[in-house]
Amino acid sequence: MDRGPWWATFNGLHRVRHDLRNLACIHTPIPRNYDPTLHPFEVPREYIRALNATKLERVFAKPFLASLDGHRDGVNCLAKNPKSLTTVLSGACDGEVKIWNLTRRKCIRTIQAHEGFVRGICTRFCGTSFFTVGDDKTVKQWKMDGPSCGEEEEPLHTILGKTVYTGIDHHWKEAVFATCGQQVDIWDEQRTNPICSMTWGFDSISSVKFNPIETFLLGSCASDRNIVLYDMRQATPLKKVILDMRTNTICWNPMEAFIFTAANEDYNLYTFDMRALDTPVMVHMDHVSAVLDVDYSPTGREFVSASFDKSIRIFPVDKSRSREVYHTKRMQHVICVKWTADSKYIMCGSDEMNIRLWKANASEKLGVLTSREKAAADYNQKLKEKFQYHPHIKRISRHRHLPKSIYSQIQEQRIMKEARRRKELNRIKHSKPGSVQMVSEKKKHIVAVVK
Amino acid sequence: MSMNHAAESNLLASNQQKELEDLPKDYPLSTSEDEGDNDGERTHQKLLESISSLNGKDRQKLAERSEASLKVSEFNVSSEGSGEKLVLSDLLEPVKTSSSWAAVKKQLNRVKSKKTVELPLHREEIERIHREVAFNKSSQILSKWDTVVLKNRQAEQLVLPLSKPPSAFAPIEHVVSGWKAGTPLEQEIFNLLHKNKQPVIDPLLTPVEKASLKAMSLEEVKMRRAELQRARALQSYYEARARREKRIKSKKYHRILKKGKAKQALNNFEKLQKVNPAAALEELKKLDKARMMERMSLKHQNSGKWAKSKAIMAKYDLEARQAVQEQLARNKELTQKVQAASESEEEEEGQKEEEEPLVPDMVNGVQIKANGLNPWMLQNHFSDAKEAEVQKDLKDPAEPEAQETSESEEERAVVEEETLLKEFEERRSLRQKSELNHMAEPVHRRVTKDPSSQEVLSELRALSQKLITENHQSGKQERSSARTAQREEPAREEEEPVLLQRPERAQTLDELEGLGREGCVENKELPRTAVEGLQLEKNLSNHIGAPKEKKRKEQMIDLQNLLTTKSPSMMSFAVPMTVQELEDREEKGQRQMTKEAFAGDDVIRDFLKEKREAVEASKPKDLDLTLPGWGEWGGMGLRPSAKKRRQFLMKAPEGPPRKDKNLPNVFINEKRNIHAAAHQVQVLPHPFTHHQQFERTIQTPIGSTWNTQRALQKLTMPKVVTKPGHIIKPIKAEDVGYRSSSRSDLCVVQRNPKRLSIHHKKTSGE
Repeated sequence: MDRGPWWATFNGLHRVRHDLRNLACIHTPIPRNYDPTLHPFEVPREYIRALNATKLERVFAKPFLASLDGHRDGVNCLAKNPKSLTTVLSGACDGEVKIWNLTRRKCIRTIQAHEGFVRGICTRFCGTSFFTVGDDKTVKQWKMDGPSCGEEEEPLHTILGKTVYTGIDHHWKEAVFATCGQQVDIWDEQRTNPICSMTWGFDSISSVKFNPIETFLLGSCASDRNIVLYDMRQATPLKKVILDMRTNTICWNPMEAFIFTAANEDYNLYTFDMRALDTPVMVHMDHVSAVLDVDYSPTGREFVSASFDKSIRIFPVDKSRSREVYHTKRMQHVICVKWTADSKYIMCGSDEMNIRLWKANASEKLGVLTSREKAAADYNQKLKEKFQYHPHIKRISRHRHLPKSIYSQIQEQRIMKEARRRKELNRIKHSKPGSVQMVSEKKKHIVAVVK
Repeated sequence: MSMNHAAESNLLASNQQKELEDLPKDYPLSTSEDEGDNDGERTHQKLLESISSLNGKDRQKLAERSEASLKVSEFNVSSEGSGEKLVLSDLLEPVKTSSSWAAVKKQLNRVKSKKTVELPLHREEIERIHREVAFNKSSQILSKWDTVVLKNRQAEQLVLPLSKPPSAFAPIEHVVSGWKAGTPLEQEIFNLLHKNKQPVIDPLLTPVEKASLKAMSLEEVKMRRAELQRARALQSYYEARARREKRIKSKKYHRILKKGKAKQALNNFEKLQKVNPAAALEELKKLDKARMMERMSLKHQNSGKWAKSKAIMAKYDLEARQAVQEQLARNKELTQKVQAASESEEEEEGQKEEEEPLVPDMVNGVQIKANGLNPWMLQNHFSDAKEAEVQKDLKDPAEPEAQETSESEEERAVVEEETLLKEFEERRSLRQKSELNHMAEPVHRRVTKDPSSQEVLSELRALSQKLITENHQSGKQERSSARTAQREEPAREEEEPVLLQRPERAQTLDELEGLGREGCVENKELPRTAVEGLQLEKNLSNHIGAPKEKKRKEQMIDLQNLLTTKSPSMMSFAVPMTVQELEDREEKGQRQMTKEAFAGDDVIRDFLKEKREAVEASKPKDLDLTLPGWGEWGGMGLRPSAKKRRQFLMKAPEGPPRKDKNLPNVFINEKRNIHAAAHQVQVLPHPFTHHQQFERTIQTPIGSTWNTQRALQKLTMPKVVTKPGHIIKPIKAEDVGYRSSSRSDLCVVQRNPKRLSIHHKKTSGE
């Protein structure tokens, strides 16, 4: 029952034999002797298997799936349909909103929604309509289905506001939505006036997001470098944390009610527990320019971030370094990014008018898998996990090709960081012991927490 | 929590103050009105005052009344001149005299008893408190998720989506309810449908169909349908059968079929004769006609082509001969004149007899089975018998297979208890009696040797008794080797005849003896396989002479050695020995201590020794390829000659010179493999706290080569499983068994109008 010598795992003939045997196994399970003395060298054999799996993973890593082109200006915002995996909405900088069909990879509807930018777009929780806000100080509600024959393309409702709205998000269960701009407004869908307005400070607020689990909570980030949390029920802000630099947007974890991640201008992302804002749970650093957007995977284990450095990165929630970086030659500054609701794909909208569709796992095989394929994939995954600390495997699995600009900036920033660290160490060394404290990376970027 | 309480109480206070503050709103309360003064001096003084009041202690100083006006506000009465605070009693003095002010006085007295309220908190402060309270509240709500989050993070496998999607399909009319024909094409289609009275929504039946449905009841329809179905099934079954039968090429089969048909026809005809003679007559005529036709055809003369070829073959082929004969018989039958019915019956019988060999083998099989000649069944039968025999008879030399089992049983029986032996004997005697009764049993092969077996049994009993006594003895005292040897001799002599007869039994006895001498208490477990027993059996039967004895003696000596070596350990059970041991240990410890204390003396020599040893160990070893017995005599105690050994000794090539060859006080380890080191983990990775932990994870294989299917599935279980094409929604309270809040957020917001209005004012003010 031996499967041949352990060094012959990559031998073609051996593999054929192995496959044949497996084929036979499906119909008649062959009794095997699992005596460990009959199968020696388990660690080296599995190591080789892990190495091969890692190499194959890199070989098959082809994440780019499609590019949806049709916009005539940069894509400013994206939205998913909560009831359909195939429908995606996008708003461009020229006020155009397009609805895309992902399976056909085609635009199925185009609306000239606003004059100027479409600042924000969000779908209603039932997936029947969506809201847009634009530079023309209006909030518009649109039907998800196109107008029937002979009808005009018109919004269901239009609300004229006094100031520019910069973002919008819909409540996850009720007919309530929130806009931001000068203040955070909570609107009932049936009314033309906000049912409640909340403000803290005087700077313009760039984005607002409802908590998907405890739905009465909101988070917003303003241009005066702060992140403010609100309670919709009590109509009051809760807490404010001021960071080193401006936060562009935040995203709540869909599996953990109190966790959110903020995309910051200082190239980093910060994952916070909203109950303890003075120290972020994790600082995610790998980008070399401002992070513009972030979206969680529906599994809550990972998130994707879009950056001004023309790349998107995927971070595990509990790791400070990214697991994956996606870029193409033609992709410019990525403004918005979304993880699809089945956790398999990622979409990003960028400056150069395209929406790109990526696989969330670069080397994953798409389509229906046979049970054997699935078992093999699982086994390989576990092997990679098991031997991930071994230097060769680590090197291969971490190896990515990067555009020259990003690569050189990484080098540059590494030098800068090292210099800063050295200086700090020197300062500690040359000052009275205890007078200068080493500040951890997590605490370093938090300026203050305001109650 | 205390802070929280404080904050809340503050909040309460501030609210009260707010209410009180609201009271005087109707009155012209404005200090600013009076401040519209132009006088330079006065303004200057005021400025000074205001600056001085900035220290905060008397900020809320009452404004000075600077101008005579018609309307004197009672709230702005100044007491500047007297230099002291205005007290309520001063004001009340003039009122005292008149009694008409009694009600007012009462009121004022009541006011006097109340303390002055504190200043309301600053707006910022109030907001801060609000925020803090709200934050605490919401973080309390969030803390219920802690367990869920922790569980999900640590879960071995998380299957998403958590809630199963509703499996039921929505009927089309629900989906289409809001839909109307919009485009011209759709309208046209709908027009057509309406014109033909085609239904648009469910039930998808035309009026005609509906009417037909009404005409028949449901049960009827069901029955009818079942009938039709059955008919269809039968038809298809028969068709299939016919097709199958048609395809059969076997001549034999067709012949039998034909004959069967003829017989059937005959039977039918007989029946018909009884029931309907007229019809039978017609049938008979038909048959007659057929027979005549047959006769006319001369088909059954031996003149046909086939018949001729068969006639040639008939010499060699039995079948051909039979066929020819058959044809002849047929011919005879046909050419015969028609006779009475009784004769034909006889003929039939004859035919039947002929047919008998044509009956399929299956039937034969059954017959054989009935006779009890089926080999498979037979074997079972015999084996059963054997087993029974084994249970009854312990020593039957004729059957080695049975003996093996009986042997083990015997062993156990002998060793266990004497009582059991008695039982055996009883059973034995019973059996003997029964055997006398059942001499005519089907199993004849077994030859019972009653006298010999009885003899053995008696011997056995004697031995076991001896064994027990010996056990007792050994428990009491140790014996010298000489004594044991002496004892050994007679015992063996006793055994010898038994050995000759039944070697394997003797073997067991040998062992028993050995055990007895050892004084082993565990008599019950005798580690011996049947194979071993057989082997020894052979040995014994072949040479019972000197070599065997030698072997036994060796064994004896071994046992003695065992005894002598074991004795201290046996002694160690006693208390004084433990004390002695302790003393030994102490001595050792002292020695160690002294060694350690003076260890420094020999460091250099130790190092050199160590190095020398390491160098020796690292040198490549010579390889000895000598095979004993090749080209020479082999066997126990014979070693291959020196010449052979020299010839087949492969000298190991001398390795490269050591790096530390010329460095006497340096020792370089050359074992470390740089090539392997490149693949090894140098630093303990993060989640692990000890290198052993990490090593263990690496050393447990997870592949199917080392694990069963079930274990493999468990080991390679992915952490998160998602279903392709399924939408994963954010976790909900209901998903994890929590009760979600019944109140909707919107209602709560709308039920909070006061708070909202305040905020609105605030925002509009700004």
